[in-house]
Formats: sequence, structure tokens, C-alpha cells
Amino acid sequence: MTSTMTSAPDIAATPSGQALRFYGLWAIAAIALVVLPLVFSSGGSLTSFSLIGIAIIFALSYNILLGETGLLSFGHAVHYGLGGFAAVHLMNAVAARGWPIPLPLIPLVGGIGGLAFALLIGWVMTRRAGTVFAMISLGIGELVASSSLILRSVFGGESGITTDRTALPHIFGWSFGPQIQVYYLIAFWVFVAAMAMYALTRTPLGRICNAVRDNPGRVEFIGYDPHVVRYLAYCFAGFFAGIAGGLAAVNFEIANSAYLGAVQSGLVLFATFIGGTAYFFGPILGAILVTYLQLGLTNVTSVWQLYFGIIFIAIVMFAPGGIAGLLMMHRPLIRAGTLTMVIPSYLVAALPTLALACGVILSIETVARYTASEGDGNIINLLGIPFNATAPATWVTAAILIVGGFIVGRITWRRIADAWDRAGSIARDRGYLA
Amino acid sequence: MTPAIEVRAVEKRFGNVSIIHDLNLSVAKGERHAIIGPNGAGKSTTFNLISGYIRPSSGEIRLNGDVISGLRPFEINRRGLSRSFQVTNVFARMTVWENVRCAVLWATGYRYGFWKNVDELPEVRRRTAEILEDIHLSHRRDVPAGLLTYAEQRELEIGITIAGGANVIMLDEPTAGMSHAETERAVALIRRLTEGRTLVIVEHDMSVVFGLADRISVLVYGRIIASGTPEEIRGNPKVKEAYLGEEAH
Amino acid sequence: MLELIVISTLNGVLFGMLLFLLSSGLTVIFSMMGVLNFAHASFYMLGAFFGYQLTKWIGFWPALVLAPLLVGAVGMAVERYGLRNTHKHGHVAELLLTFGLAFAIEEIVSMIWGKSPVDYRVPTALDFPAFTVFSTNYPAYKIFMLTVSVAIFVALLIALKRTRIGLIVQAALTHPNMVGHLGHNVGRVFMLVFGVGSALAGLAGVIAGPALVTQSDMAALLGPILFVVIVFGGLGSLPGAFIASLFIGLVQTFAVALNGSLASAFGPLDSSVGPSVLSDIWNVTIAQIAPVLPYVLLVLILIVRPMGLLGTRET
Repeated sequence: MTSTMTSAPDIAATPSGQALRFYGLWAIAAIALVVLPLVFSSGGSLTSFSLIGIAIIFALSYNILLGETGLLSFGHAVHYGLGGFAAVHLMNAVAARGWPIPLPLIPLVGGIGGLAFALLIGWVMTRRAGTVFAMISLGIGELVASSSLILRSVFGGESGITTDRTALPHIFGWSFGPQIQVYYLIAFWVFVAAMAMYALTRTPLGRICNAVRDNPGRVEFIGYDPHVVRYLAYCFAGFFAGIAGGLAAVNFEIANSAYLGAVQSGLVLFATFIGGTAYFFGPILGAILVTYLQLGLTNVTSVWQLYFGIIFIAIVMFAPGGIAGLLMMHRPLIRAGTLTMVIPSYLVAALPTLALACGVILSIETVARYTASEGDGNIINLLGIPFNATAPATWVTAAILIVGGFIVGRITWRRIADAWDRAGSIARDRGYLA
Repeated sequence: MTPAIEVRAVEKRFGNVSIIHDLNLSVAKGERHAIIGPNGAGKSTTFNLISGYIRPSSGEIRLNGDVISGLRPFEINRRGLSRSFQVTNVFARMTVWENVRCAVLWATGYRYGFWKNVDELPEVRRRTAEILEDIHLSHRRDVPAGLLTYAEQRELEIGITIAGGANVIMLDEPTAGMSHAETERAVALIRRLTEGRTLVIVEHDMSVVFGLADRISVLVYGRIIASGTPEEIRGNPKVKEAYLGEEAH
Repeated sequence: MLELIVISTLNGVLFGMLLFLLSSGLTVIFSMMGVLNFAHASFYMLGAFFGYQLTKWIGFWPALVLAPLLVGAVGMAVERYGLRNTHKHGHVAELLLTFGLAFAIEEIVSMIWGKSPVDYRVPTALDFPAFTVFSTNYPAYKIFMLTVSVAIFVALLIALKRTRIGLIVQAALTHPNMVGHLGHNVGRVFMLVFGVGSALAGLAGVIAGPALVTQSDMAALLGPILFVVIVFGGLGSLPGAFIASLFIGLVQTFAVALNGSLASAFGPLDSSVGPSVLSDIWNVTIAQIAPVLPYVLLVLILIVRPMGLLGTRET
């Protein structure tokens, strides 16, 4: 017993270096949020940053369900949308009645909107987990989306409900007319919400959510009702999604039925999963990437959603840990100093893999242009090389790239696996890999 | 004195098939009680009935005098009964430390708390460290439970079961699949950790059973055919015929 | 009124049988493999578009046979090269894979055939009124659809009772944990079952295409209703899926046919009330709430009987 008495404190105490690094990261994040618009100050980048910020909160809220509690929802946008509508209605009421509520508090109302619906419907929904929960979330999503078109007075039908964010009482002399002011409002909420959601993972409830994710049956035998745990997680996720929806309402000055539809639900699932559900920063990466792609790809190709689908399928099949999982996989190798053993194999594999990707892109674009009846859209510009979609030479090139890339790629992928085995076993010997 | 566990006339049917019929069992407080019987006798079903995993079709189960039959597993657990599983049943993606800590949380009163940092609860920390020390897994505290060796997972399973401080512990074949040395270590562990508590254990290894148990009940085809001290059971002709006879030769 | 009842009953049963063509495959796949195939409605859509394209090239009747076979082949490929590799990552990963597929298939279809409806017509041989009820002509093509789906239903029943695969499927339905013990060719059984399920969905698409609208959003429209059907009937229960298919088919068809609203029944609201939630609900017609009805039923069944009508399983 004496040994436990002496060892318990030093087992438990967090090393101060770790704490420093932890607060350092948050400080850097805060500084980055403040400085970003000063570096990239064009109107376009401000708009992008604002959208990315909203997407980050939304994806993090989704990960409370998927990553933390193991609940796969196909209807998370319901809370986002209802948060948006709650915010818009309150903004209009504030403007009409002259209530002393400034704009920066509006997203909180969005959160309450999202939470209210979660409280109402969550208990029935979270009665069961797994596939059934997924199906039910889809059904509830459709129910709310279809109902929103019937209840026109609340949801404004097809056109939605508009508002004017500058009509609210000003605070510190900010009208929130210019995008830069809206950006800082969003950045503030991103920081606060991300902190809060991170803190949530460090609480007793957060840890029990993980336990429910891993093994709901066993949780019942350590005193917890998994249904209650799922319900609480669902409510928190609904609350933070509502904040994101409220911010979207402030940003766009409109809320419409698209906010709570299936597309929005699908996008947040894509962002979260592509980023990686096992680490807190995964959904942040995913939200940045997906929003950026969404904004960037729409100008380049008409079938950008198909690329989303393909990226998502590839992640599900080959890297279910998402980008964050891929990155964190290398941490033990870095610590063991064996990262250099795998890098060359990556570089070798990059070329055929890139060729394969180009082949796939080329064939998709060829089909897309070939079937689109417009005559002028036939030239595909890939890596600066123009390809004619109607020319057989293009088709042959695409076929060669795909077949050749795949055959050569497979050899190099195996070499990656071999290099990994070697680097991993050394890391394991040195005690950096379990 | 009220028995720790009392099972009265419990029956369990699945459809038309009766798995357990007229089960009667009484375990005194502080007793180490082993349930033995051939495969398919209903030992695991008995565990599942007592711990609330399945509900009895009829009959009554009491824990420390209170009726618990019909309660959900977590309600029974909160009343001070904790069980382990025959198939390892841990939280695979969480570290060893987190596994044990989750099992400590309810008993220390933090429940569904979402306003406290779980790393800054001194009592939780102390108890978790103690349990880890007890099950000899302190050096593996940061390893995900899914990556432990089989014997380590079995030890973690016991650790999770006792972590909540329940006064009635039920272990379902804790040494199944272990080597001889590992079994000895596990038995010593069980003996030490259940000191002063009530223990119900299902076990196939007769040396474990006779070395550990104060009393033994023999379950055959869903019915207790004998209950008594190890000597009484050893000498019971019915037991020999139904059970030991096949195993001993 | 009687006319409406007769026609709506016929249409409702027809829609229900179509739903069952899809939900039966989905249920069997789920029971055997534990995978809820999100892309099942996408296979239905593929069936419709393959049927349309093949009808253009080689005529309706060959297309009726060929298109489902093609869809079945696509399904088998998905099982062999997609699901089988994803299986080790668990059911959520499998569900996500089919979700991604559903998304990708919709995009591919709209890339190739565009986003507006294609001109998939009833074959001329079946383009005549079968009979006339009061003043409404009932098209022969719908009778043909009904015949095909009933024939498939009967064939399925026989296959389930009489063939070896059928027995395995039956065993899987009652004892889902037992499928693992099927032996080494379990992979082939899975692939076959997945292929047949997809082909049935494809067939439903081929015959429904001309009667409904063949468009790239048809999977997204039908998919959620399909999931309501199988949750409503009880996950993994074939009879449950059958009852739920017919029930939801009838409910939706009758709802669409009824034009009444609270306003038409009890008179308009006092005009001083103005637009509000109450007036929205007061004035909405039953036909307008038809799309919402399946989901309302879903919520109701979850409250009353969370396992679904004939479900026995917890997860």
C-alpha cells in the first residue's frame, strides 16, 4: 500500500511542460484568428474565413456525436438550421421592438434554438444507438426539412426569412455592416465554442461518452445509463450546432430551409470524417479543407460534388482515421526517430499515385464535358495542359494514366507498407508504439 | 443476517425453452461462493439474471434484502453489485487509465458531470492509481486497452469490476484461457481484492474453485443440485455423478 | 368517392409492392451482413436510368432483363471490392461507405444524364387503358407493374423456402450471429445476396421509371422513405418490411389523393388572426403533408414501439 501512496501523486500530476504547451496552442490559435484578416485582407478571403469558422464549430459539434459518443447522425443540420431560424427571428424581433440585445449575443440564441429541439426529440432518438439511430436521425431530418416548407410563417417557405444585422443595437461602435467585423464576431465564437467543446471532452461526461462509444453494454455495469449519456451528448451537439447556425444567420442575414436539409447534414458528416474523428483537431482540419474545396472547386469544375464523394469514399476505405489519423500515425515514428525510413517510400509512391489521380480526374472531366451539350466547354485544363474532351488522344491518355498509375502504384504502396513495418517495429522496440 | 444475494424460485424461459428452472441460491455477506457445473448448465445465464442483463421470467432476486429482479443493470450496479464478463469486455480505444477511471466515476459521485475537469478530481485520481497498482498495470497506463495482451485484458476486466467499490463482486470465469502461472497470479489478485467483500465466481478450473471458495453450488441443467462447503461438495455422490465424475477421470 | 378509394387502393398497393421490392433486399442484406445499405435506393435509380438507356438502344423488353442484371453486377462489385475491405473497420464505416456511394452515384447519374427528368416512356405495347373505373382509365402499364412485383414476391417466397441459399438467408434472419459459421464460402454467399438485392432494386427502378419520374434526385427522394419502412416494420424482419411497405404505400397514396384541410372541414379561420403557425396548419391540405407522413409515422412508432412493428432486435 505504501508504494501506491507515493506513486499516486506523480502518476497523476500533469507535467508542467505539457500544460504550457497546451495553453500555448490555444494562445497561438487566438493570435492566428486575430492576425489572419490582417494578412489576407481581401473581401474574398474574409468571406472564406467566416464560412470556415462557422464550418469549424458545426463540425466540432458533430464530432461530439460521431467521434466522442459513436453516434452516426444523418440529420445534424436540423439543429444548425433551427439555430439559424431562432437567431433570425430574434434579430427581427430585436430590431422591431428595440430590445437592448447586441448582435454578438445572437449566436447564443441560435444555440438555445438548437438545444431546445435536441431536448425535445433527443430522448426518443437516442433510445437506440448504431444503425437504428442513424436511420432515425435521417428520418427526423427529413421530417423537419419537409415540415419547414409547410409552416411558412415560421420558416418563410422556399425563400426563407431575411434579416438585417446592422439594425440591432451597436456595441463598441461596431455596426457589423463590414465583413471584417462579422469575421471577428465569428472568430470570437469559434474560439469560445471550440474551448468549451474541448473542455467538454475533459469532463466526467465526456469520458463516459467515450466509454459508451467503445462499449455501451459494459457502461451499464459501471453504473451508467447509456441512454442518458447519449441524450446528454445529443443535447450538447445540438446546442453547439445551433451556435454555428446562428452565426450563419448573422453572416448571410437569411435563414432558409436549405440550412436544415440533407445536403447540409451530409456536408458536416463529410467534413468531420475526412478531417478525422479520433482527435479533437480532426474536424477542424476537415472543416477547413471541405469549405475551401467547396469554394475553390466550384469555379474549376461542374462536378465538384463528385470529387467530394470520391475523396470521402477513399478516406472511408483506406484511412478511416481521416487526415488527423494519418498525421498522428507518424507521431511515434517521429519520437523514435524512424520517420526518415518511410519518407523515401512516400516520395516514390507519390508519382504513380498522382498519375492515377490525374487519370481519374481526366476521365471524369471528359465524361462531364462530353455529356454536357454546350459546345464550347470541351477543353479540360489539367496541370496547365489543355486536353480536348472529344479527342480520342485524351481518352487514351486517361486510360494509360489510370492503368499505368494503378499497376506501378500498387508496387510502391507495398513498399510503403514494408517501410512502415520496419520503422514501426523499431519504434515499438524503443517503446514509442504500443 | 440478510444474505448478500438471495435468489428465490427464479425461472428463465426463452420462448418455450426453460433454461433456468426453480433456481434457489443464497450467498452470505463476506462469503466467497463458487458456481460450478458442466457446459450449458446455465451458469452465465444465472450471472446475467442476477446482474440484470436479462430479466427472470418469474421468481425474485434480492441484493442485501432489496428486490433487484426487474431492475436495469446500472440500477443494480449502483446498489453495490458489480460483475465481470467471460469474454473480455473493456473499452478498447481508451487507455488503461481511462478504463479504470470511468469505472470509478459513478461511485465517487461525479455521475454525468460536465462542469468539472476529470483530470483534477483528487479522489478519482487516487482511486484509479490504487486500482492500477492493485492489478499490476501501472506501467501500461497509457496503452489503449485494445492493445493489451490477453492476460492483461483479463486483469483490467477485474480492475474495472472492482473499481466502483461494490460490496458484491461477481466474476465470470476470470482465469479462462490463462496459463498456469497467470492463473496463480490472478487467483492471488482475486483473493486480495475481494477481501471483506462478497464474491460469486463461475469457474471451470477446479483447483481455483477449491482453493478459493468458502462455499460451492453445483448447477446442472438450470437447477442447483447441491450447495455446501468444498468438503461437502467433494463428498456428494450426486455431484460426482453429474459433474465431477465426467471431469475427473 | 368510391372511385377515389378504388383507384387509390390500387395505386397504394402498387407503390407498396415497389417499396417491398426494395425493402426486402435491404432487410435481407442487413440481416446477413449487418450492413444497412444506404446506396440501395441508388441501385433503384441506376435501374431506372439503365432501363431508359437500354430501352433507347435495344427496346424495353430486353432492357427489362438486362438492366437489373447490370445493376446486380454493380452491386456485387460494391460488395466484393468495397464492403469486404471496409468490414474490418466496423458497421459504421460500412454504412459510411454506402453513404458515400449513394452520394457519388447521384453525382455520376446527373453528370451523365443531367439533372432534369429523362424521357423514359411506357412501352407502346402496354400504353393503353386496362379498364375504366367510373370515369377514370386505369393504365395497363400499372397492371403490368403490379403483376411483375407480385410475381417477384412469389418467386422470392419460393426461393426462400426451397433453395439452399434461401435456407441460409432464413437462418440468418432468425439467428443473425450464426452467419459466421457458414464456412469458407461465406464471402460468395454475401456477394450473391448483395447482388440479388441490388438487382431487385434495379428491377424496381426499370419498371417504376416510366410510371414515375426518372430523374437524378429519385434516389434521394425514395431512400429516406425506404429507411422509414424498414425501421417501421422492425429491422431485420421480412414480414415486418412487407406490412410496413404496403401500409406506407397506402397511407401516402391516399394522402396525396385527398385534398381536404382543416379549413375545408371547419371553415376558414377568422381573418383577423393573420399568418401564423395555426393558420399554416389550418390551411395545409392532406396532399401537401403527404411527404411528411412517413416521418410522422416513424416518430410515432418510436415512441409506442421502438423495435418496430415486428422487430425483435435491440440493435
